[in-house]
Amino acid sequence: MVSDLIILKLMLQLSGNNGQAEAAVLDLPMSSHARRGRPARSLTLVDLRKGDEAIVDRIDLPADDARRLMELGFLPGARVVAGCRAPGGDPRVFQVDGSEIALRRETARKIGVHTDR
Amino acid sequence: MQAPAGGPAPRTVALVGPPNSGKTTLFNRLTGLRQKVANFPGVTVEHHTGLAELDDGRAVSIIDLPGVYSLAPRSEDERIARDVLTGERPDAPKPDAILLVLDSTNLNRHLMLAAPILALGVPTLVILNLADDLRGRGGHLDLDALARELGAPVALISARQGEGIEQVFSFLMRAVPAPRPVQLPVLQDVPKCREWAGRVGRQAGYRAPAPPEWTHRLDGLFLHPVFGPLVFALVVIAVFQTIFTAAAPLMDGVRGLFNVSGNWIAPLIPFAALRSLVVEGVWSGVGAVVVFLPQVLLLFLFIGILEDSGYLARAALIADRTMARVGLQGKSFIPLLSAYACAVPAILATRTIENKRDRFATILIAPFMTCSARLPVYTLIIAAFIPNRPILGAFLGTRAAALLGLYILGFLAAVATARALKSSILKSGRTPFLLEMPAYRWPTVQSIGLRLLDRSMIFLRRAGTVILLVTVVLWVLAHLPLDNGHMPAIEHSLAGTVGRTIEPAIRPLGFNWKIGIGLISSLAAREVIVGTLGSIYGMEADSHSVDLQKALQRDLSLGGAVALLLFFAFAMQCISTIAVVRRETGGWKWPAFQFTYMGVLAYAAAFIAFHVVR
Repeated sequence: MVSDLIILKLMLQLSGNNGQAEAAVLDLPMSSHARRGRPARSLTLVDLRKGDEAIVDRIDLPADDARRLMELGFLPGARVVAGCRAPGGDPRVFQVDGSEIALRRETARKIGVHTDR
Repeated sequence: MQAPAGGPAPRTVALVGPPNSGKTTLFNRLTGLRQKVANFPGVTVEHHTGLAELDDGRAVSIIDLPGVYSLAPRSEDERIARDVLTGERPDAPKPDAILLVLDSTNLNRHLMLAAPILALGVPTLVILNLADDLRGRGGHLDLDALARELGAPVALISARQGEGIEQVFSFLMRAVPAPRPVQLPVLQDVPKCREWAGRVGRQAGYRAPAPPEWTHRLDGLFLHPVFGPLVFALVVIAVFQTIFTAAAPLMDGVRGLFNVSGNWIAPLIPFAALRSLVVEGVWSGVGAVVVFLPQVLLLFLFIGILEDSGYLARAALIADRTMARVGLQGKSFIPLLSAYACAVPAILATRTIENKRDRFATILIAPFMTCSARLPVYTLIIAAFIPNRPILGAFLGTRAAALLGLYILGFLAAVATARALKSSILKSGRTPFLLEMPAYRWPTVQSIGLRLLDRSMIFLRRAGTVILLVTVVLWVLAHLPLDNGHMPAIEHSLAGTVGRTIEPAIRPLGFNWKIGIGLISSLAAREVIVGTLGSIYGMEADSHSVDLQKALQRDLSLGGAVALLLFFAFAMQCISTIAVVRRETGGWKWPAFQFTYMGVLAYAAAFIAFHVVR
């Protein structure tokens, strides 16, 4: 666990120090008790319906944007619940880490999750 | 990190915290009316500074920094906050102490900000706000344990209710030591910081409150696929109605007051020239601005209620999809709606848009929305040139249709310009749209009242000084050179000379030199042209004056009239707007660009109209 976090830290510092759009893929191993049955296609937040719960795996965005999302609570391992959508379908509200954050589809598509089943 | 002995009591204190932590409410409580707003020079970030009066008679200067989640210098807000806190900004003194305001109902995440703040080594009071919500929803924590974990004093307050504020004052009055060094996480590492914050919360026995039930229930209504847009439409209509209908009697009242007081002052002034300057120049100039105050106040009252209650975020959510098609985002909606009253407060309202490019795009298209200053001009020209014939029975006549058409034109110009800007020079790129939905709260009279005062002061001061200056200049131009000691007729004044000089340029639009003078004077403010035309034709200046209409009909063809309408629809004729855009964009580049493209569009549209309509 500790070594993974060090790698994570290094990747953040490396990709954060230049302004280039390097995608920082934050990939943590799933917690051991959720190791069974990894889904064949990777899920993202757009796949959730209202009331669905999931756990954040990764954020496929440049480091600065990923950081903003993490500061709002979308950390790998965090539990997300999908809430209401705006009438019209987009954006959708997600409950995460004690707050409600609205994201557009284009952003929700970049947050990889898995469900606890 | 050292732990020096406590220094003297603080003189300058910084207030910092995440957005939606109630920081500004606390700031208002501490400083009351003794506050002012300014822009940090060179950037578009605002800051509030104020004076807090302590029991022993001393005053502490408090600076309210922008809401930030961390001090990593990613956005302008965070850079400013960090630079002020470390004393690296030349225009802001390094604070002697920090008040860190966190939302006690969201402590596990908000504590993440405590790490970089405590790392600064500045005496800090960690304030946990929203104590009433925490209690009401069954949350709990051990304050002493938290203070031990953080190495800094902790206070649990409710800024809204005024509960616990005395703890803040007593912190400000004593000599406070720097935070005791404690184990802090690697600040760049967000997951590590979050983990640290969670651990500290656990050690402090933090029990998170139950989720806000009322908020979820209300969102079931306000974000409902059918009722949501319905409520939204009602709110929009209410804003419109308030701005136009409710404001009208107030505006008439203010206008009447100015007329009466002008008549009262006039006999007191000895020289005819001076009297004219004061009454017709200064008084009417000031009156032209102050008359908008009721509208501006009502608008900001509305926005204040929507923002403080939490509904504004939901409105931005509903509007987002439509705004996104144009290249903007949901938060642009309310400012653009406000621009239908007046672009000046609308542009001030764009500070809620964090994305700089979206914000600038909104600022650049706001003057296209048909503001209330255009109405007197539209009314006059439409009444003079368009006969009143019914189109849809009693519902819609030709005159109303013309007015509606002008509204639609302004809207279309805004949309087209937004698309053009956002796909070229203000292209957004990557920043994802993120909107935090705060819990619903009852707005308090105090916080809205203070905000109203604040915004109206900005409006009056900035718009007032500029319009006043320009009106005086125009008065001078219209009343010089003196003809044997008497004031000249307008055709022979400097303004007349200027009008005649530009006549060749505006003749292709169907305008003569008299209209030319009007165009020049309306550069200050659109509605000024009505008064100017009145002076030129030697009669009472009123948009409903039949004599004035007849005079115009002699000098302007139908084509010219339509051209004039379109010119006013598209041109930027408002010094106050230019002044505010300069302030909000931090320079002259953007207002100059805006003035130019709007001017070019206005000229082209008027040219085409004159040649098509004849």
